Amino acid sequence: MKKRPGLSSMLAIYRRELLSYLTTPTAYVFVAVFLFAIGLFTFQVGGFFDARRADLSAFFSFHPWIFMVFLPAVAMKLWAEETRSGAIELLLTLPAPTWSLVVGKFLAAWTIAFAALCLTLPLLITVNVLGSPDNAAIITAYIGSVLMAGAYLAIGSVMSALTPAQVVAFVLAVLVSFLLTALGLPLVSDFFSSFVGGGVAETIGRFSILHHFDAAQRGVVEVRSIFYFGSLIALCMGFTMLVIDARRGGSR
Amino acid sequence: MLLQVDGLRKSFGRRVAVDNVGFSLDVGEIVGFLGPNGAGKSTTMRMIAGYLEPDEGAAKVFNIDVAQERRRAQERIGYLPEGAPSYGEMTPWSFLRFVAEARGMTREAARHAVRRAAQDARLGDSIDRPIDTLSKGYKRRVGLAAALLHDPMLLILDEPTDGLDPNQRQAVRDLIRRLGEERGLIISTHSLEEVEAVCTRAIIIDQGRVVTDKTPDELRDEHGSLERAFEALTRGEERA
Repeated sequence: MKKRPGLSSMLAIYRRELLSYLTTPTAYVFVAVFLFAIGLFTFQVGGFFDARRADLSAFFSFHPWIFMVFLPAVAMKLWAEETRSGAIELLLTLPAPTWSLVVGKFLAAWTIAFAALCLTLPLLITVNVLGSPDNAAIITAYIGSVLMAGAYLAIGSVMSALTPAQVVAFVLAVLVSFLLTALGLPLVSDFFSSFVGGGVAETIGRFSILHHFDAAQRGVVEVRSIFYFGSLIALCMGFTMLVIDARRGGSR
Repeated sequence: MLLQVDGLRKSFGRRVAVDNVGFSLDVGEIVGFLGPNGAGKSTTMRMIAGYLEPDEGAAKVFNIDVAQERRRAQERIGYLPEGAPSYGEMTPWSFLRFVAEARGMTREAARHAVRRAAQDARLGDSIDRPIDTLSKGYKRRVGLAAALLHDPMLLILDEPTDGLDPNQRQAVRDLIRRLGEERGLIISTHSLEEVEAVCTRAIIIDQGRVVTDKTPDELRDEHGSLERAFEALTRGEERA
């Protein structure tokens, strides 16, 4: 009757989670705030029009900073809400493998992030009307941005599994996201190099989200950056599964 | 044997919630779990349903160990968690469709199963209203329908009639009795009257241990009434 129970469970979880984003007002509010913030930064702080260049660098450079607040807000409910309402008991007594629950929920959150990014496409049209930008580079930057969004959401998923309180999950996720992003900033690497020397500080910087988004932002496809975001997502999915499975064991 | 439970033990930190619980269950039996609050009824049910793993001991459904082969066992178990949690923004119809599909059913099979379970649980015409707007009794029946979707041989219902009005309670009891004819059921309850009304056996749990496992008739013969049996066998709680 069913050849791949894990996959069909994952799809059912994905559909339900996506539906719950779309039938409650929170997701719309978050996306609206995201679009407002990204617009504000691009035009006011980034000086999109003042630069008089047909590219979107003013737009993409703010993505990590806005994502690290916006995406933990999207991901915070993934597991915390299930724990609070007790519906987690329902999920964990389904004959479904843990990964199908974890990945299904994550993909739903990722879809929301993807949709939010799609809503910024008028910018792409605008630069094409105003000038002749390097569209391939812009698409590359968009792909990088989508991957980066996945990484932030995966971090949010782990934090959400750790606590029944959404606010706590949000704060933890912002904190971890900030650390992982800012590792690449001169400010932070200077701080490290005063302790451990420049070489080590540079190595630490290479593990930052900023470092890996940088290339994509310039329109360069780097395999190691794709690999980096992919592994970060996989690692966080693994952690989420561990946390969820540990629930079954109780205090053991 | 439908269900065989041996030496189940579970502690949370230093508190032992369930201590060496063992019993067995055959098709056609409806077992009532009785006991004071915090006696370990829910924890025992959660271990049988595969939500919690026991520290020691095992629960076997058709000889499939729930902890070792969780998914295979869970395909044969229907479980109503305490308080019947669901997703308030969904309608019973979409909620049940979700549970059926998450259980691996095809869309066609899921539609069929939902229609049957909704009928069995007497969901009636409120099936298209958000669960949040429904009465407590109705929510309970939605949870019950979710437990029935895959037509399991073993049903574990944690307080299925808690908070229901007398009419709703009667309807759920009728359903339990009907289901018990060709399945095995475990229900937990605070109502001794319910045990007399539907259960073929009563298991009284106190401080994590099974203190008695008899038919309601035997208990009444020994102690005069179920109330007195309950009082006599669960004194520990009051002393503590």
